[in-house]
Amino acid sequence: MSVKVSMNVNGKAVSAEVPERTLLVSFLRETLNMTGTHVGCDTAQCGACTIHLNGRAIKSCNILAMQAEGGNVTTIEGLANADGTLHPMQEAFRQNHGLQCGFCTPGMVMSAVDLVKNTPKPTEEQIRELMDGNICRCTGYHNIVKAIAAGATSMAANP
Amino acid sequence: MYQFKFQKAKSVAEAFAGLGKDGDAKLLAGGQSLIAAMKLRLSQPSALIDLGDIAELRHIKVETGTVTIGAMTTHATVAASAEVKKALPALAMLAGSIGDRQVRNQGTIGGSIANNDPAADYPAACLGLGATISTNKRKISADAFFKGMYETALDAGEIIISVSFAIPKRAAYVKFKNPASRFAIVGVLVADFGSSARVAVTGAGPGVFRIAEMEKALAAKFAPESVANIKVPAEGLNSDLHAQADYRAHLITVLAQRAVAAALT
Amino acid sequence: MTKFAIGQTVHRLEDPTLLQGKGCYTDDLRPQGAAHAFVLRSPHAHALIRGIDTTAARQAPGVIAVLTGQDVKADDLGTMPCIVPVKNHDGTPRGETPRPVLALDRARHVGDPVALVVAETYHAARDAAELIEVDYEPLPAVADVYGAAQPGAPLVWPEIKQNIVADLHLGSKEAADAAFARAAHISKIELVQNRLVANPMEPRAAFAEYDPATDRSTLHTSSQSVALLRAHIGDIVLKIGDKLRVRSGNVGGAFGMKAMMHPEQPMIVWASRRLKRAVRWTGDRSEGFLTDVQGRDHKVFAELALDKDGKFLAVRATVYAGMGAYLSQFAPMIPQSVHSMMPSVYAFEAAHLHLIETVTNTVPVDAYRGAGRPEGIYVTERLIDIAARELKIAPDELRRRNFIKPSQFPYTTAAGLVYDSGDFEGLQAKALKEADWAGFPARKAASEARGKLRGIGLTMYVERCGGAAPPDSVALKVNKDRVLVLPGTVDNGQGHMTVLKQLVSEYLGIDMEKIDVSQGDSDANPFGLTGGSRFAVVTGTAAGIAAKEVVDKGMEQAAKMLEAAAADIEYGDGDYKVKGTDRKATLFDVAGAAGGIEALHIKNTGALTFPNGCHIVEVEIDPQTGVTRLERYTIVDDFGRALNPMLLLGQVHGGTVQGIGQALLEHAVYDNESAQLLTGSFMDYAMPRADDVPSFNTTFHHTPCTTNPLGVKGAGEAGSVGAPPAIINAIVDVLHAKKGIKHIDMPATREKVWRALNG
Repeated sequence: MSVKVSMNVNGKAVSAEVPERTLLVSFLRETLNMTGTHVGCDTAQCGACTIHLNGRAIKSCNILAMQAEGGNVTTIEGLANADGTLHPMQEAFRQNHGLQCGFCTPGMVMSAVDLVKNTPKPTEEQIRELMDGNICRCTGYHNIVKAIAAGATSMAANP
Repeated sequence: MYQFKFQKAKSVAEAFAGLGKDGDAKLLAGGQSLIAAMKLRLSQPSALIDLGDIAELRHIKVETGTVTIGAMTTHATVAASAEVKKALPALAMLAGSIGDRQVRNQGTIGGSIANNDPAADYPAACLGLGATISTNKRKISADAFFKGMYETALDAGEIIISVSFAIPKRAAYVKFKNPASRFAIVGVLVADFGSSARVAVTGAGPGVFRIAEMEKALAAKFAPESVANIKVPAEGLNSDLHAQADYRAHLITVLAQRAVAAALT
Repeated sequence: MTKFAIGQTVHRLEDPTLLQGKGCYTDDLRPQGAAHAFVLRSPHAHALIRGIDTTAARQAPGVIAVLTGQDVKADDLGTMPCIVPVKNHDGTPRGETPRPVLALDRARHVGDPVALVVAETYHAARDAAELIEVDYEPLPAVADVYGAAQPGAPLVWPEIKQNIVADLHLGSKEAADAAFARAAHISKIELVQNRLVANPMEPRAAFAEYDPATDRSTLHTSSQSVALLRAHIGDIVLKIGDKLRVRSGNVGGAFGMKAMMHPEQPMIVWASRRLKRAVRWTGDRSEGFLTDVQGRDHKVFAELALDKDGKFLAVRATVYAGMGAYLSQFAPMIPQSVHSMMPSVYAFEAAHLHLIETVTNTVPVDAYRGAGRPEGIYVTERLIDIAARELKIAPDELRRRNFIKPSQFPYTTAAGLVYDSGDFEGLQAKALKEADWAGFPARKAASEARGKLRGIGLTMYVERCGGAAPPDSVALKVNKDRVLVLPGTVDNGQGHMTVLKQLVSEYLGIDMEKIDVSQGDSDANPFGLTGGSRFAVVTGTAAGIAAKEVVDKGMEQAAKMLEAAAADIEYGDGDYKVKGTDRKATLFDVAGAAGGIEALHIKNTGALTFPNGCHIVEVEIDPQTGVTRLERYTIVDDFGRALNPMLLLGQVHGGTVQGIGQALLEHAVYDNESAQLLTGSFMDYAMPRADDVPSFNTTFHHTPCTTNPLGVKGAGEAGSVGAPPAIINAIVDVLHAKKGIKHIDMPATREKVWRALNG
């Protein structure tokens, strides 16, 4: 029992036969071997699996691959520029020590980019509230919040 | 997750036909609760019929006296809608408090109310704003729609098309979140319809409910002090490790006052 | 040019990889052909296993093997070791809790592994597991650490009386009793150290490969010590010795939990060897809640004795410490630190602990960030606040009267530790200033004007780091153009690679760009362990000694090349130089000519360090709901010296938020009757999120450590020690003012605070 699923991932058309019950995150990790998107829980709380589907941040562990059929997916692997330079949000996390073990980081960064797209000049309070779909166990959030504020500024400067 | 068959419906009629073919089929309307339950093997549908591609179910329409939201409209869309924010800001605000940003980008109003989680936010909006739920078969008032924990008036084969909210003079929703799940421990929506008022409570009981005594007091005078001394009996409310029933009962009164105050500002 | 970088903020070299999703965590490895494993677990907290029928599961599509405790027995595997010998006060050894990797005839906690299914796909393995029929006979269960030791409680192990697996006294009971006998005032407390779940964001994972040509297995697993796992799995459980190689790549957080062997690690290697095939297993979060070793879980009765001037005389406590269903690797040792930490930064005459360790039908408990230090400091710092209130002395003043003074170092505490350095009074003074302690009344009035209650809480803390086993170890290998650093530790997110490059760059005078760090391979790295905030102290020091050895070993070759006597050659800036001349040879030239230079430093120095500090917290409580917000948070730490200040503060922030989680949110709650875990997912176990915590005002007040050449003290756990007492002291400041309440247990949830204010 399988279905054919096709979508565009980081600008590339991909297609595969997978079991119906394949989650989008499993499609990315197992089928496409794109392991940058992580799984940190099984109740859609932690946000480590956050990717962009059709321009909006979603939790890829909580939708089926088939729900993304025909969609445009961006993962952490597709965020940096083609020339290898980091996206302003990735660079802000680096400059501000916004990551330690790095496991929540891909989801955190993807979520932060989406946050800033929808709330271009977030206050600290807004950042803290709007990042409640992402859990980090290492950083205590202090530097993540700083990084997102800095990332917002530099995304505004480099649209 | 158990095995299931998957179908993408292109229209409501196609979804309806799919449901007819398979009695254990379920509609997939974003899936933010359903997929989570299936992952934990708590739900075992034989087939999923995905409504995600049905464009006619994604719309927002503001008319005189009502705001109508298509069943497959995401929470994020409602929260960000300039029309909704203008006509019924409490609804936009409530939609913006559901789950987290990622969940709001995928979860839909139809999915939420069909699931009728006792701690979900939209049932409070429906009940508190005197909503009418339109299905492929009929129109159901919110008062008749919610039947207690995870149960609704929907028949087999019935598909939610849209939800119409009555626009009150003013309204507000205040949510006291579970620190772990971020669902409502208690959520209170108050609405002032001039000669009448509505108070709907989610999270506190086995399903969303109204508080007649508060509604009466608010109809007489829509002010926080009108509900300040109205105690809600703890009996029948949820008691769990996140909140005992008496704490929930107390919170209802506190949140109702705050919601009224918020509606007035 | 990046030489001499110690003490500077160097941005992490690890980050570009991790930020692009190019890290390699265990589950990211997946060579073609690996089979998938799923573990069937006991749904009962306590049950006899009368039989397991695997017939249907074996015949399910895609299934390769189904293994049970009977197979473990048939293959004569060893049990999971607890490596801490503990003697009871009566001289008898502690109880034994032999744990097979799959339960044999009895399950002792919900989640205890009962069968392993290996299949071609994950789904096939999980589907088949549902076809296994286990004939359980449920037994009465016990979950409460204190209740377990009471007469009539169900027995987790029939051979362990009253569920007490160890019963010991630490410190002199006589000295403490004598001090209490002449005390002018005694303050008392009864408290709970809430049980916690480590929850690193990367779940545990194990992936085993098998090489038939050499009969060797390689276990890839997320860990804090490949060496310990290699020894325990290879030598003790599977009895294959060096036929096992253990590797850890990127580790997505660990916090003590991943230092411990868990049953799935030997289980997966065992299955892989039986099947002569690669087998992978990755736990999901629900499994993590039911199986990752947990932390804390104490019931405490404690007392503080003071003289008429408010001078501390003695502290004593009786602690019931939960071990869970089986003794994990280091478990019985962890609560012993309550004793060594109870004297904190104060001059006491005596400190005595009666420690009663009990087994319960719950997930095993072991080290979790802080590992005994938060538990000990919390007892004393809560007692001090209670005493201050009872004696009507300001809490900062009472502490000031009792600090160990800088002139007293080295100072032997009442628990027998020798503190080398510190300036506790100066540090507290700095913290009071940073926190604007004096301005609190005005802020309190402002809060009250808004209908909110404001409280302030202060704590001092000290923790013991560095120390003995396992040894500090670093191997260095220099060839003609690169330096390779091989630490015994495994990075879990701390930034070890960056700091090691900084250190070795300074030690050898070599550009950081020419230094490589390789970790986490039991075949290549020396023995070691990440844990106990020891990296900077222990690995940092070892790297320095190994670097010196490299330079010394190259001297003879340098002398030959420079045609000078070794005595006339000095080393600096990466060069061997003939003194007083411009003749020199680079380290790389010398190493190249010598065919490479290697040095290994591996030694137990036993030297301890004592990071310390002060946390000051202001809370604002909504009396109508009990919601407690952390409005101001000030931290001053003495870490001796900062190797990389930005990374150091990252440790402080992270540790502090774990402490905030313990104080306000986190609690592994078991049902008292069924011993089912009620908080088994992030839906019910409240992890701190960004909107639960504040930004921090952090400052250092370093006094160099004298027990290691770097002068560092360690920082990894500090925040988790300081936060709980500071926060509870602040909340009780409010509760006492309003209701005369003396204590509130952690986690101080909104409902608990509301009840306290409205009871």
